[in-house]
Amino acid sequence: MKKSVLRASDLAFPKQQRNWDWRAASNFIAGGAGGGLLLCVALAGLDAFPARVAILLGLILIGGGLTCVWFEIGRPWRALNVYRHFATSWMTREAVVALTVFAAGGLALLTVQPLLVVLAGIFGLTFLYSQARILAANKGIPAWRHPRSVSLMVATGLTEGAGFLACVASLASSASGFWFMAGLIVLILTRAFLWKAYLGALVADGAPEAALTVLRGTDARFVVFGHVLPAVALAALMAGIPGQAGLLLAAGIMMVASGWFLKFTLVRRAAFTQGLAMPHMPVRGRGTAGPAVKPGWKAMSGVSSG
Amino acid sequence: MTRYVMSIDLRRCVGCQTCTAACKGANATPPGIQWRRVLDIESGEFPDVRRSFLPIACMHCANPPCESVCPTRATTKRADGLVAIDYDLCIGCANCVMACPYDARSIVHEPKYAYGDTPMASEAKRFDPDRIGVSMKCTFCKDRIDLAARTGQIPGVDHEVTPACVNSCISGAMQFGDIEDPDSSVSRLLGETQHYRMHEELGTEPGVYYIWDQS
Repeated sequence: MKKSVLRASDLAFPKQQRNWDWRAASNFIAGGAGGGLLLCVALAGLDAFPARVAILLGLILIGGGLTCVWFEIGRPWRALNVYRHFATSWMTREAVVALTVFAAGGLALLTVQPLLVVLAGIFGLTFLYSQARILAANKGIPAWRHPRSVSLMVATGLTEGAGFLACVASLASSASGFWFMAGLIVLILTRAFLWKAYLGALVADGAPEAALTVLRGTDARFVVFGHVLPAVALAALMAGIPGQAGLLLAAGIMMVASGWFLKFTLVRRAAFTQGLAMPHMPVRGRGTAGPAVKPGWKAMSGVSSG
Repeated sequence: MTRYVMSIDLRRCVGCQTCTAACKGANATPPGIQWRRVLDIESGEFPDVRRSFLPIACMHCANPPCESVCPTRATTKRADGLVAIDYDLCIGCANCVMACPYDARSIVHEPKYAYGDTPMASEAKRFDPDRIGVSMKCTFCKDRIDLAARTGQIPGVDHEVTPACVNSCISGAMQFGDIEDPDSSVSRLLGETQHYRMHEELGTEPGVYYIWDQS
């Protein structure tokens, strides 16, 4: 790990979190996409073979994410304490829902019964929602705790799941008609809207400048590669342009990759801590209190950047 | 009902870090881990500049975000207001580290010593394997608080049952006691002064009060 030497005055600034690395990020990246994929399978009404492939992929993604995070925790052999000492945290709920996902998903994979596929989809969505709430519950990270992060995380999980479904449909030459394309475009536009709403609200409500710099820096790439290009590709498909499988595959890959890029950015690069503040400087010496100090945050009314 | 809190008079703190050293001595935290720190805050623009010292640690919140995110109930809020960690239940997921807006928690994944891989005799004697791979933070010296419950001594008054940092403070900036007791030194001090709690807007209801001026 890179060593850094901080001056005493630097310690009050927001710092990029270093406790959740790529392994924890992978849980949100893969698990969220897997949950979204299971729901999309339930809604898409695929044939048996592509449905099985998609369900298996969804379960692998969720299982892979949980495995990654298992390697991250400090005491991995105590992981079952989550079930033995039951709490009400969202991480507990995620762990419980994961069991139902694998139970329903496993049965759906074997039987492809519509009811089980729908159940797996519902549990997949619940898993995705739990993950979004895990992030939002962390008050120490302003970019996560913003209320709009929940809808953004759910939307990107669903969009990634739909992207995976598009890839499966293109590779399996499965039917992907007008309404399928339209659904993908609606998801893409919804995620774009929620991303802009999240970023705008974060700027308006306040966050560490370092976090905002990272998020603003990803904005253009995320919008273009994750939304504009796949939407154009899908619109072209709807207009009847030839090369359906290739375009659908490309759109799906962009939907997934951009979502994973967003989540890695949120969980790792933009995850700056709250930092510390002094709303009142002590009165001593000259007999007056100095202005408030909040290092690393944009100066707001009554607060200097320190 | 008892609610132990700490008051820190920022007008008195001189940034000597004695509380930091006392905490390390009392709790044998590994290198790089300080449950209590004193930050050096420089602010303003020349010629109107200021330098202040800000002692920080776990705020022992009445509404601790670290407790609500814990997946195993390892972090709990005690009836006397202390936020405690059960090292045997903690799985080291670091969710509480993320939830704390005060940077108060840390996790050490492997033993660390002051001089390389070999511990000094004092480090070896006080090494606690239970604290490896789990979340840890300031405990308000809970062993001392628990001792008070057994002996009838009063935390904040009797040194034996008062947190090490408070005992060590050379300027008397730190006080500790039961805020529910109107006669405690903390209650009286807070009644006479203007004070704030860190990041109150987050709804955590911290148990550390920073005094910045007289009433």
